[in-house]
Amino acid sequence: MTYTPQKPRLAESSDKLRARIPGWGADLDPADRPSVPRERFAPEESGAHWEYPDEQPELWPRERSLEHTRLPPVFGTTCPPKGLSGAIRKLAYAKYSEGRAAHWLLLMAGDRVDALESALRSMLTLRPDNPVTQTGVLSEGKRHGMSSRLGHNRADVKHHWMDPIIVGAPWAGAAAATYRLFRRR
Amino acid sequence: MRAMVYRGPYRVRVEEKDTPAIEHPNDAIVRVTRAAICGSDLHLYHGMMPDTRVGFTFGHEFIGEVHEVGPSVQKVKPGDRVMVPFNVFCGTCFFCARGLYSNCQNVNPNATAVGGIYGYSHTCGGYDGGQAEYVRVPFADVGPGLIPEWLDDDDAVLLTDALPTGYFGAQLGDIVEGDVVVVYGAGPVGLFAARSAWLMGAGRVIVVDHLDYRLDKAREFAHAETVCFTEHGDVVLHLKHLTEGLGADVVIDAVGAEADGNLLQHVTAAKLKLQGGSPVALNWAIDTVRKGGTVSVVGAYGPLFSAVKFGDAMNKGLTLRMNQCPVKRQWPRLLEHIRNGYFKPSDVVTHHIPLEHIPEGYHMFSAKLDNCIKPIVVPSAA
Repeated sequence: MTYTPQKPRLAESSDKLRARIPGWGADLDPADRPSVPRERFAPEESGAHWEYPDEQPELWPRERSLEHTRLPPVFGTTCPPKGLSGAIRKLAYAKYSEGRAAHWLLLMAGDRVDALESALRSMLTLRPDNPVTQTGVLSEGKRHGMSSRLGHNRADVKHHWMDPIIVGAPWAGAAAATYRLFRRR
Repeated sequence: MRAMVYRGPYRVRVEEKDTPAIEHPNDAIVRVTRAAICGSDLHLYHGMMPDTRVGFTFGHEFIGEVHEVGPSVQKVKPGDRVMVPFNVFCGTCFFCARGLYSNCQNVNPNATAVGGIYGYSHTCGGYDGGQAEYVRVPFADVGPGLIPEWLDDDDAVLLTDALPTGYFGAQLGDIVEGDVVVVYGAGPVGLFAARSAWLMGAGRVIVVDHLDYRLDKAREFAHAETVCFTEHGDVVLHLKHLTEGLGADVVIDAVGAEADGNLLQHVTAAKLKLQGGSPVALNWAIDTVRKGGTVSVVGAYGPLFSAVKFGDAMNKGLTLRMNQCPVKRQWPRLLEHIRNGYFKPSDVVTHHIPLEHIPEGYHMFSAKLDNCIKPIVVPSAA
């Protein structure tokens, strides 16, 4: 009852739980929990043999958050910014700090432009993008697409129909634009 | 080498990519033997995480064999079988010196609000991930751990994120003996959080989801009571009734950015990307926990704003605790628990997928087909 001091009684006592569940109470003492205390100095654990690490070479002007006062010594080097999406991303990093919505919204816009640019670029290669194989939609037949969804009262089935639209809309838009371009000529 | 690459929302493929090279004296190159697809990979796959670039390789849960090491590496050598925490971390910055390995300041130029994470967009440092044949592992003396001979590959790969994160979620709840613990989400992290809650002395553990096969797993694997939220018009009210009106002492959000249960929230966040994440599970957690209770958040959210019911949290006097898990801190204790038989992490593994078939693996996992809980990716060279 919440209107009196007592806590509702549990169905099972600690002794019953200890007997039923392997390991029950093994970490009852907070001292046995690895993240207690939250901030703990443990140099023996880290294996680091530096106070400040060697610096990785910066092979191109690496985009970085305005909140960093210097380029951190180690960073990922995959997928450098390129094209229009790269320009949008560089702008997001150069102009807006992480506290600004504009920073994240520009990065999201850069992602959408990147997907479109890359799809168009792939048309000029021997391996163009293929929405059928890349979406893995062929697994619907092999992995019980229908029976996994029907009759299970799943909340997500209500919006699965939107997924093909999200994937297909840019392709449909590009096809429509191409058709209009050629028809005009 | 062969690697999974992102091509745009809902689209990935496998292609030839340059094998990674040593770029820093403390780097190692690891030949991947097992990788996993994580629920949080779906946020990237669905295009929700800012600065996810076409050509990027996902995968923050992986193990493998050391292939090559940089000149300053002392703790591992070629041929060693290693598990790699999903965090990239230096070990000595202000935050690492305090054990906050997931908040390292020295590894992520793109943001200060989050540390470095393998295969998790440029927002998390721009490191290619382990859903590939090879991966670059910075600070090889700091992150990777040798896999004990007695530990199977499938158990070891789950020690790189899912199990430590679930266990950490229970720790963040500061559970005391007899606490009622509600866990939102019966994916691998939620299942491990529920199981961990018992280790910390919970008196009752209730797992909430909408996928019947996952709730079956929660009963069998995590010994939990279960609630299917689609069977109740108001799941929070149902949980209040189950706890005699008090609410739970601790609630763990193991769902994160793509929570279902409110179509408007899901569509605006997951489909239209107008929020940093759908806060349905978080809002339910805030409303389910008792006044003065603790909400632990280990579900991943994006950096944009989300429509969270913060007023309720304030008025109820809640403690909200959260972080990305500092994986390496958890290992010694978790290895003890595995040896003692308290956990068999690979019990949640449902599928093994060859790397070449990863687009179908992502679709199956994303659409929750074939009773999928945890898919493991096996590169052809493994």
